[in-house]
Amino acid sequence: MTEPVLETRGLSKAFGALKATEDVSVALHPGEIHAIIGPNGAGKSTLIAQICGALVPDAGQVRLMGRDVTRLPVPARARAGLARTFQISQLAMEDTVLQNALLGALGASGRPWRFLRPALGDQSLRERAEAALERVGLAAQAATRTAELSHGQRRQLEVAVALTLAPRAFVMDEPMAGLGAEGSARLTRLLDGLRAEAPILLVEHDMDAVFALADRVSVLVYGRVIASGSVDEIRRDPAVREAYLGDSA
Amino acid sequence: MSRETLVNLTMLAGLVLVPLWALWADEPFTITLATRAVILALAAAGLNIALGIGGLVSLGHAVFFGIGGYAMGVLAYHAQTYTPLMEAPVLIEGTKSMPVIWLVALVASALAAFVIGLLSLRTSGVYFIMITLAFGQMLFFFTISWARYGGEDGISIYLRNGFPGLNTLVPIQFYALCLTLLVLTLALTAALMRSPFGLALNAARQVPERVRAVGLDPFRLRLAAFTLSGAITGLAGALFADLNRFVSPSMFSWQLSGEFIVFIIIGGTARLFGPVVGAVLFVALEHWLGGISAYWHIWFGLLLLGIVLFGKGGVIGMIAGRARTHD
Repeated sequence: MTEPVLETRGLSKAFGALKATEDVSVALHPGEIHAIIGPNGAGKSTLIAQICGALVPDAGQVRLMGRDVTRLPVPARARAGLARTFQISQLAMEDTVLQNALLGALGASGRPWRFLRPALGDQSLRERAEAALERVGLAAQAATRTAELSHGQRRQLEVAVALTLAPRAFVMDEPMAGLGAEGSARLTRLLDGLRAEAPILLVEHDMDAVFALADRVSVLVYGRVIASGSVDEIRRDPAVREAYLGDSA
Repeated sequence: MSRETLVNLTMLAGLVLVPLWALWADEPFTITLATRAVILALAAAGLNIALGIGGLVSLGHAVFFGIGGYAMGVLAYHAQTYTPLMEAPVLIEGTKSMPVIWLVALVASALAAFVIGLLSLRTSGVYFIMITLAFGQMLFFFTISWARYGGEDGISIYLRNGFPGLNTLVPIQFYALCLTLLVLTLALTAALMRSPFGLALNAARQVPERVRAVGLDPFRLRLAAFTLSGAITGLAGALFADLNRFVSPSMFSWQLSGEFIVFIIIGGTARLFGPVVGAVLFVALEHWLGGISAYWHIWFGLLLLGIVLFGKGGVIGMIAGRARTHD
C-alpha cells in the first residue's frame, strides 16, 4: 500500500476525566476520500483540532507526508500542505469574495510582507484566486461582499480558499452543514472531483453525502474508532448500526 | 469618484486653504490651531493602522507620542545647553535639526512599540487595552521622576528646531512641514490598506482562525502593524513638542491615548481620513466651545455619544455611507 498523505497514530486527548480522543489511528491515502462519522460528542471536532494544530494531543502523532508534524502550530501545518475548511464558515465578511480567495493565495505564496503595491495588482495571486473561484462556481460573485453571499455560496467559498493553497491534503469539517438538498448535491459533485488533486479527510453528518463520496469510512464513538472500512462494510457492521445508524439504516 | 473620496479631498483642500486664508488675513493663531490639529491627526493616523485596520484597541499610544516628544526634548535640551548627551563609550551630542530628531523619534518609538507589542499582543480584548494602558502609566510616572530632564516640570526649548531650507519659526512654514508629513502618512496608509500586508492584517482582525489556516501568523502581522503604528505616533510626538517648544510627562497621559481613540471614532474607524476629521473637529470644538464654557468636555462628550449611538462609521460614515471594499 502507498504511504499515507496524512496519518494519525495513537492520538489521545483528555479533558479532565473526559477522553475526547482515545488511541485514534486513521490514515488518508492519495486519491481517496476518507469520511469520519460519529454521533454528536463523539470527538470529531477535537480530532480535527489536533490534526490541524489547534490542540496539542496528550499522546500520539500526526504525520503529514511521512513527517511528524505533531508539534507544529497551525500556520506551519498549513504551509506544509494541509488545507482545512471550517464547520462554521470562517470568512472575512467585510471583504469581497475575491479578497477572501486572495488571502488563501497570499498564504500559499508565503509573502505577506509587501506593504505598498496593491494585492489585487499581483497577477500570480490573482490568477490563483480566480481559478479557485471558477472551480467552485463563484467566479461571477468575485466582486460581491462576502456578507451578501447565501449560506451555500459561503460553503463553496470555504472550499475555494482551501483550494488556493494547492494542498497535499484537505481536512473538511462538515462542509455540508446547513445546506439544503440541492446545495448538498452540488458540493458533493465538487468534492468528488477534488479527490484527484488531493485526498480529503471528510468529517460529515450528511449520510447521503458520505455514502456517495467516501472510499473509506471510520466511525468515531466516545473518542474511539469503533469501525473502519468501505461504505458497504460500515453499513453492515452490527456495532455501527447499534451505536450510530440505528436499525433503519 | 466615491463620496468618501470627495469628503477626503474636501478635507484636504480645507487643510491647505484655511491656513492660507489665515496667512492672508494675518491670523497667526488660526495657523497654530491648524498645526495642532494636523499633528494630532498624524498621531491618530498612526493609531488608525493598529486600531482601524488591525482592530488593536491600544489605550497606550500616548507612550509613543511621549517618546517622540522626549526624543525632541532631550536632543534639543543638550543642544541648547551645549552639554553632551553621553560621553562614553561614544560621544553623543544634542541636535537642533528636525530630520535627525524625527529619525530618532521614529526609531525609538518603533522600538518601544515592538517591545510593548511583543508582550501585549499575546492578549486580546480588554486585557490588551489594560496592558497598553499599564505601559503608558509606567512611562508617565517614570518621566515624572526623571529629574535630569525636569521631572514633572518637563523641558522647555527656547527656539524651535530647524529644517534645512525653511524658517520653522514662521508658523505657515512649520505648518506646511507638518501637513506634508500627514499627507505622506495618509498616502502610505492608503497603499497599506490595499497591499498584501493590509489584506492579511484586515483578515486577521475579522477571522484570525482563517488567517492561521492559510499559513499566516496573525501575531506577526499585528506586531508589524503595531510597530509601524507606534513609529508614526512617535513622529507626531516630536512635532507636537516642537509646536509647543515644551515637553512634559503629560504627553504620556492616558487621557491623551483616549483622545486619539476618540478622534478615530468620531471621524470613522478604519477610514483613511477618519483621524483627520476627528482631530480637526476636536481642535475646532476645543477652541470654540472652550471659549464659551470651561466645561466644554460635557458638550463634546454628548457629541461623541451621539456619533457612537446613531452614526455608525463616524462622521465620514454618516456622509459617505458604508466603507467600500477596495477593488
